[in-house]
Amino acid sequence: MSRLVVASIGPASSVQDGGRHGAQRYGLTVSGAMDRLSLAAANTLVGNEPFAATVEIGPFGAAFTARDGAVRVAISGAPRNADVAGNPVAMDTSVTLKDGETLTLGFARGGAFTYLAIEGAIKGEMVFGSLAVNARAGLGSPYPRPLQAGDEFSVDAASGAPELRIELPNPVSGPIRVVLGPQDDEFDDANKALFLDSEWKISATSDRMGYRLEGPAIKHLHGHNIVSDGTVNGSIQVPGNGSPIALMMDRGTSGGYPKIATVITADVGRLAQTSAGTAFRFRAVRMAEAQDEARKFAQLIRNLPDRLRSADTVALNIEALSDANVAGYAVSAVDAGTWQVTAEP
Amino acid sequence: MAATLPPPRLLPSGDSAVTVEFSRTIDDDANQRVLALDKALAASPIDGITETVPTYRSLLVHYDPGKIGFDALGDKLLPIAIQPPPPVTKARRWRVPVAYGGEHGIDLEDVAKALSTTPDDIVARHAGGDYKVAMIGFTPGWSYLSGLDKSLHMSRRQNPRLLTPAGTISIGGVQAGIQCLAAPSGWHLLGRTPVRTYQLHRDPTFLTEPGDRVTFFSIDHKTFEELDRAAEAGEIVAEQVDA
Repeated sequence: MSRLVVASIGPASSVQDGGRHGAQRYGLTVSGAMDRLSLAAANTLVGNEPFAATVEIGPFGAAFTARDGAVRVAISGAPRNADVAGNPVAMDTSVTLKDGETLTLGFARGGAFTYLAIEGAIKGEMVFGSLAVNARAGLGSPYPRPLQAGDEFSVDAASGAPELRIELPNPVSGPIRVVLGPQDDEFDDANKALFLDSEWKISATSDRMGYRLEGPAIKHLHGHNIVSDGTVNGSIQVPGNGSPIALMMDRGTSGGYPKIATVITADVGRLAQTSAGTAFRFRAVRMAEAQDEARKFAQLIRNLPDRLRSADTVALNIEALSDANVAGYAVSAVDAGTWQVTAEP
Repeated sequence: MAATLPPPRLLPSGDSAVTVEFSRTIDDDANQRVLALDKALAASPIDGITETVPTYRSLLVHYDPGKIGFDALGDKLLPIAIQPPPPVTKARRWRVPVAYGGEHGIDLEDVAKALSTTPDDIVARHAGGDYKVAMIGFTPGWSYLSGLDKSLHMSRRQNPRLLTPAGTISIGGVQAGIQCLAAPSGWHLLGRTPVRTYQLHRDPTFLTEPGDRVTFFSIDHKTFEELDRAAEAGEIVAEQVDA
């Protein structure tokens, strides 16, 4: 066994996997990775199951050091500068850290969450089939809380397998797609149009429970109190002040505000990776289209191993350099510092 | 076969879940139908359904759109959902100890004042109620109870508290609740129970199920401390009786 030691890490970073399913009927939050495609891509690069446990790294930087042997890891998700001993490491590639070497990751340049997968996956005590951290319920393993410097993982010694990169499809651009409902009839046509036709920004007070949306106030037809009913990842609820909240992975399993629309499965990760302050729009799609996209998304994740390529050294360095060149629009430390970890519903 | 009931509304909750809504309001008949549908789906699963979440008035059905589409699932759900719920033959009843008032129920006196009566009278009315677990949600083990005495119905606090203690026994609107973990709440806090409705590494992890009956009984604060220690050690300190 080797160890991977967290040398430094920012807030909003925790162990996350595919989530904790099957006990929402008891109020148990699902949790899990905010961006499932990036989670799966990082895991696929090191030969893990797509939804195995990884380190979900928030918008700040982080560093990880191999101890007692070599450790093979991979990164995918929000792009950042990364290096091992001064040698750049490209996003969507694997890299083996020799004993004592440190992988250093900078701030997220756009987006928020980057996934560090470890060959053999993070090990811990599963609760309802998951190691995902849900700090409110004290769940998650090996650390049932956000990670901090000094934490460490017991991991498999690196296999020595050749390094790989993964060719992901070009990121989908354009509006975040939603299916209207379940309570769109709690809003009149003018307010539904206001929701769909307006530009929105994600508030800096967002977290893994929910993304608060800044834009026009959406008015309800019959007031904002409905009898609590079930929520899903991507439910967009409208509380009394008219500012919508998109419910994310640490959402409560039920909620008492009308939900005007639901982000489609294929776009929840895109919403999760939309930086605070970046303007975006929603677009309503029909159920048939949403389900078609959900099936394609599931197929994309299933077939990720087909997208693995040998990590050609030259290509890799060019990619890393071009990544480094766009660092000019990196989020500033001040912006990233407003990213709060809140504990309110 | 008995006459069928009006069909529920099938509300899309994204591409992988559907809300089967029996009523827009809190309504015991609707809740019966929710629990009956939940039970029927557990007994005869429909391929593609991954998880169901019963609430007061609707059943949220999570499913895999790779296995079944929205329309096909609706076609299978509706014939089951319009069947009258079978009479409840057997239910569990939990007798739940509560330390009312003082530090454990900081709103008891205010509730008594607001309803122009004494704290003892509020305790008698709350503990005298016959409740049913209508749903569990928000945080693990948070059991929402129907059956609150009408004289105790009062709107929620203007300013919700950011943190209320584990085990809080509270009322809000027409509902009563058993809260397991410390959490924000806008309800009125009447007392605390040592009972953990959710406890990891205990068998069962979750004590209450939707449909269970609940009654409360008053304990003094010293008994609370004793039972709390026992509960912390994994003991189930609620009494289970046949309803």
